Amino acid sequence: MKLTGKAYKFSDDINTDLIISGRYKFSTLDMKELAKHVMEDVDPEFSQKVKPGESFIVAGRNFGCGSSREQAPLAIKEAGVVAVIAQSFARIFYRNAVNVGLTVLEGDTGGIEEGDCLEVDLEKHLIRDEDKKKEIKIKPLPEIMVRVLAEGGLAAYFKKYGGFKLP
Amino acid sequence: MRKTIAEKILSKHAGKEVRAGEIVVAEVDFVLAQDGTAPLAIQAFQEMEGRKVFDKDKVTFIIDHNSPSPNQRVSSLHKTMREFSREMGFPIYDVGEGICHQVIMEGRHALPGQLVVGADSHTCTYGALNCFSTGVGSTDLAASLISGKLWFKVPGTMKFILKGKLPAGVYSKDMILYLIGERGAEGANYKAIEFTGELINELSVESRFTITNMVVEMGAKVGIMNVDDKTREWIKEHSNLSALSLYPVEADEGAVYEEVLEYDFSSLEPQVAKPHRVDNVSPVGEVAGKKIDQAFLGTCTNGRLEDLRVAAGILKGREVHPEVRFIVAPASKEVFLKAMREGIITVLIESGAAVINPGCGACVGTHAGVPANGEVVLSTANRNFKGRMGNAKASIYLASPATVAASAIEGKITDPRKYDRGQSTEDR
Repeated sequence: MKLTGKAYKFSDDINTDLIISGRYKFSTLDMKELAKHVMEDVDPEFSQKVKPGESFIVAGRNFGCGSSREQAPLAIKEAGVVAVIAQSFARIFYRNAVNVGLTVLEGDTGGIEEGDCLEVDLEKHLIRDEDKKKEIKIKPLPEIMVRVLAEGGLAAYFKKYGGFKLP
Repeated sequence: MRKTIAEKILSKHAGKEVRAGEIVVAEVDFVLAQDGTAPLAIQAFQEMEGRKVFDKDKVTFIIDHNSPSPNQRVSSLHKTMREFSREMGFPIYDVGEGICHQVIMEGRHALPGQLVVGADSHTCTYGALNCFSTGVGSTDLAASLISGKLWFKVPGTMKFILKGKLPAGVYSKDMILYLIGERGAEGANYKAIEFTGELINELSVESRFTITNMVVEMGAKVGIMNVDDKTREWIKEHSNLSALSLYPVEADEGAVYEEVLEYDFSSLEPQVAKPHRVDNVSPVGEVAGKKIDQAFLGTCTNGRLEDLRVAAGILKGREVHPEVRFIVAPASKEVFLKAMREGIITVLIESGAAVINPGCGACVGTHAGVPANGEVVLSTANRNFKGRMGNAKASIYLASPATVAASAIEGKITDPRKYDRGQSTEDR
């Protein structure tokens, strides 16, 4: 499966409060509303700039550090971001993203710049930066996470298998 | 096979011998969610077509993040939680009971050797009671509500050996801030941390909670300590121990650690985390004199009885600076009541504090202390991220209860050693 889109670049240590502020996330389960405020405190224009289905968040180290709230990956997904690509992820965010069906890719994002066109080959574990003409390796997910993601998230996986089936 | 505490607890709960790096499905002893995460967990529970919770005695919800509700939309989410718990037959800690991590520990829902998951990142706090406890998201939580199980990657373990004797006016908050500053926000990502050493033994159990509470700020999955007489005493104080068997777990001699680090804190100074990162830490001297608009004492990090006691000790007979709002939120009803009986609340209110009901509001920016644009807050919380307290144009500094109390008096960040000559470390 291939994903394509434009890179929106962010720094190291983007925490869950920056992804979606406590001002919004505690009072609603309406992810469409939360998606309007995603990344607002880092880039107030972000939710307007993002083209749904054609955008990647590209970040540095420790993306998603902070709270355990799934509103963070859900708001990113709802905004139409295809995948988050980062140098590394904070533990809880990484799991939550997969559980809600948001693709997360770990690789060396150092050379990717804002606006670069990317093509991700999930089978080959490769990102191709069309502007830089460079290929970046992605760290494969553990098998159980691949399966959860393949079902579109843990809720669908759990419903299908009735529990956790380890490979 | 010689194992770490994390490997032992996960092996026991997975029903087989496992090592760091393996992926296992393990049975959990307790499952919790708060009002920021439970509504989504209920939604996922329904999507998964869950019909009942795996064991109604091993599940609870806590209403603490917006408590009492600040608006009608939150009220409706709270109502959903109450209805769900009633339908499933498990108890709920409602408005006024306290912050989830405090009531879970006081309610003996987290005990030595157990495996607990909570939909809140600071669930790692119970590691101070030798419990493998970790934060998960709402969907993972829903899966464990239904099945009583969850999959885990067995974490590698880092061992921190903490030595020395804390100087007067320096507390466990200063220790963990120092460690986070030194290791960085990602310094223990995915890892378990075992804390040992003479200094840990010296600390009170409440002081130990402050340390394990904040391990997630360096990315750790859990921070675990051994059980000693103080741990047993603390658990006994909060339950009928005679009816309760404890199964503490210790690491084997020769267990494999990814790193072993030693720190001597004999000359540690009070520490402050500066905006907008928890690992942006310096000794108090470097930021002393910075004017503050609000001081906040509370949270799952430092809202316990001894924290309020330390602050009252400094504030007794003194007044909060006229240009500072000093907000105090005890961590639980039990803490609140004990502090009242001890006269601590009187001292704090007489000094000028606004004492509010137990809850997370100010710390997570939902209500009860949202700062204005350009304002500076000094807080005993665990996070100072931009926007954390509800305003991205405010700045948050983090410090110990002593530093917060001393600074509330002076209206600027202040070295607490000026006011706090300290007791023995035994009392911290």
